[in-house]
Amino acid sequence: MKKHWYDYLWIASLLYLVLGFFNILFAWLGLLCFFIPLLFALVGGSKGYCNRYCGRGQLFGLLGGRFGLSRKKDVPGWMKSKVFRYGFLIFFFAMFFVMLWNTWLVFAGVQDLKQVVTLLWTFKLPWHWAYHGTLFAPGVAQFAFGFYSVMLTSTVLGLVTMVLFKPRSWCVYCPMGTMTQLICKARNGREV
Amino acid sequence: MNLSRKRRKAQVDTSLCVACGCCVKVCPLQAIEIVRGITARVNPDKCVGCGKCAAECPASVITIREVEA
Repeated sequence: MKKHWYDYLWIASLLYLVLGFFNILFAWLGLLCFFIPLLFALVGGSKGYCNRYCGRGQLFGLLGGRFGLSRKKDVPGWMKSKVFRYGFLIFFFAMFFVMLWNTWLVFAGVQDLKQVVTLLWTFKLPWHWAYHGTLFAPGVAQFAFGFYSVMLTSTVLGLVTMVLFKPRSWCVYCPMGTMTQLICKARNGREV
Repeated sequence: MNLSRKRRKAQVDTSLCVACGCCVKVCPLQAIEIVRGITARVNPDKCVGCGKCAAECPASVITIREVEA
């Protein structure tokens, strides 16, 4: 099948993760992975981002498929249930708002900047080497550390389920995928 | 004499489909599409039941079934 430019977006996803090791401020670019799918869903009423442009999905597909790093087993039933998918979406967003709150506290001068990346919402990894100061307020860097934590955590979860189940198992419970599908259902009606 | 033939076709469990579009990418006959961001839908006229979409589907909600042609 003919390859298109968007079939190489996995490079952008990989580059994003690598850049975060060198300068944490690149983490801001990850907002694209939030706003573009939302625009597709809200304006276009489709999951065009998932269907075509999601570099992360492509990366999992490549690692689990061509590189053979996946057992290619079915995901368990509970993982594709609505309870789990919606529950994970709520949990993910709750954690996201905690991160935004911590960013706000740094902006407000109540808290100092913490140069750590929090993996799986629990483990604080030292990440000071990727911070070289900012021209802006420290809160800008705090958001970058927080956002990179979100992106790294979801990548790690995606890699684990890629190995255990099918390459793109992450797509089953990806909060952005669940949310954009919900938006499409609300916008287009449930009848297909 | 029964002249009806059975053919293999892909079927999507639309209640569990996450509409990720992985199936669309692998279908050699463009016989499957994502409808309005909600679910995948197979065009039975085009589908030959090769099973590529079923193998690819991350949620494993596509099955290949024999149907009357």
